[in-house]
Amino acid sequence: MNSNMKPRRPLREKHYWEDWTGRIYTSICVVFLIVVMFSIVYFVASKGLTTFFRDGVSLREFIFGRTWNPSAEPSAYGALPFITGSFTTTLLAALIASPLSLCAALFMTEIVPGKGKKILQPAIELLSGIPSVVYGFIGLSVIVPLMRTLFGGAGVGIAAGCLVLAVMILPTVTSIMADALSALPKGLRESSYALGATRWQTIYRVIIPTVLPALLTGVVLGMARAFGEALAVQMVIGNAPHVPTSLLESASTLTSVITLSMGNTTMGSVHNNALWSMALVLLVMTFVFVILVRLLERRNRV
Amino acid sequence: MFKKLPFILMTLSFVLVLAACGSNNNAGTEGSASNGSGEAATELSGNILAVGSTALQPLVEQAGQKFMAVDEYKNVTVQVQGGGSGTGLTQVSDGQATIGNSDVFAEEKLEDEAKAKELVDHQVAVVAIAPVSNKDAGVEDLTKQQLIDIFSGKITNWKDVGGADQAIVIVNRPGSSGTRATFENFALGTKVEDIQGSIQEDSSGTVKKLVSETPGAIGYLALSYLDDSLTVLKYEGVEASVENVEAGTYPVWAYQHMYTKGEPDAATKAFLDYMLSDEIQLTDVKELGYIPVSGMKVKRDATGAVTQ
Repeated sequence: MNSNMKPRRPLREKHYWEDWTGRIYTSICVVFLIVVMFSIVYFVASKGLTTFFRDGVSLREFIFGRTWNPSAEPSAYGALPFITGSFTTTLLAALIASPLSLCAALFMTEIVPGKGKKILQPAIELLSGIPSVVYGFIGLSVIVPLMRTLFGGAGVGIAAGCLVLAVMILPTVTSIMADALSALPKGLRESSYALGATRWQTIYRVIIPTVLPALLTGVVLGMARAFGEALAVQMVIGNAPHVPTSLLESASTLTSVITLSMGNTTMGSVHNNALWSMALVLLVMTFVFVILVRLLERRNRV
Repeated sequence: MFKKLPFILMTLSFVLVLAACGSNNNAGTEGSASNGSGEAATELSGNILAVGSTALQPLVEQAGQKFMAVDEYKNVTVQVQGGGSGTGLTQVSDGQATIGNSDVFAEEKLEDEAKAKELVDHQVAVVAIAPVSNKDAGVEDLTKQQLIDIFSGKITNWKDVGGADQAIVIVNRPGSSGTRATFENFALGTKVEDIQGSIQEDSSGTVKKLVSETPGAIGYLALSYLDDSLTVLKYEGVEASVENVEAGTYPVWAYQHMYTKGEPDAATKAFLDYMLSDEIQLTDVKELGYIPVSGMKVKRDATGAVTQ
């Protein structure tokens, strides 16, 4: 389109205009992004803090209280069951997924680099394209009955929840780990082999220690994803508002209780505000995960 | 310069859309309201936004489609969204939605009584809820007291109510659910606390799947979800059937409400009248598993008092 058009203005002026339109366009986008981000944080924080400042629920009760009973007289707003549920499912999911992801990433980059990358990587990335409601339904139809036959009881619970989550975060963790491994300078491996190290020794003594911070970044990002996942977990975890005594007992996470109750409560009620407070806890936790990733990245550069 | 033009236009339109969104809420509904009443004499037009209860959503959606297909109402647009009873009541009360769909009376849900008084109730259907159990439980009939004991955790094994030697797994709804409120109000007559180890799900499909597959499970479902994969329990010896609900002998049922803020405008009124017409009540309402309000021989008010 530009080629058959004769430039009427001097070339410098054209560049000048292009430069400015680009600048204005990006500035608008950046301002928009910042406004959206701050309004979301402000909205969640103002709603979530109302529970403590206006409705008179004490922060102590909210974080350490074990009873959640908004409809009873007197009502109780202890969110400890949900906080423990969220943390245990997330940590367990990361514990299950990380070794698997590390093996998959090593297989793709170190063991069979050509075929591994061509076949395994797309296969794992496919997992991230499946909607979470499908994961939830697979969990409900396969994992829950499996748990029931293996261990008895109802089958729902943290064990089922963290298995579903582990599969869901597998692609995130694997691709970040694989990227980190393939970004390693070739010379490192070659020098290790030249010194007579076997492939296993190279992986175990040289490669993994070098990229450890980047590997951990993958784990932390996977955990952030697991912490925020709502639908799939809600379908398999059981959602009873109690601190569970075993992994096979019904439990809830912050996200599952928000998805179950948000629509049924009216805006402005204490119950609704308490759910916003939980959203605030999730937001704060996401900040923590982001800070962790930043710290790891800083270590990575050294 | 010309290469960048589309980008600039895109950004500008984006900003404009956002700016429009900001004032959309008020302008949109006011506009439709005045449209509806102003041109009522000639032809009805306007936008109706019905938000709320997911239990009522399929019926309103289907009725809305049929309504818009009627020649007389072709200029009226009916949009239906889910979101839950609480969302429906909040949005209609704030003027964001034309109609708020709800499973429960607004008085039970809205904390602010003045807000509840502004809303006008239109009862469009009845939903009955039946206790259901896993097929292996070996029980056909439960009394009110047995249900209370089960859901409050006093009875934990089916053999104590004459069934198999099997631990009871409670599949409940979350405390804020309209279905749970109906079950507690009219089957148990009391609120129960959540039992450790019980399961909570809000979606009827998930509840049905869990009850039919988990040994010893008990839950409750709307009549439209019942089939042979579960045992439908009789309540005090009364079967949960349309006839028994209409006659008032089976007590576990609730109205499906469509609330408007104040009296509805012409277009909304036409739609609400259409919901109550035989065309919807005798076909779509029955087909989707609800019970027509016209057939009810008993009435119930917000306090739960029943009159013939």
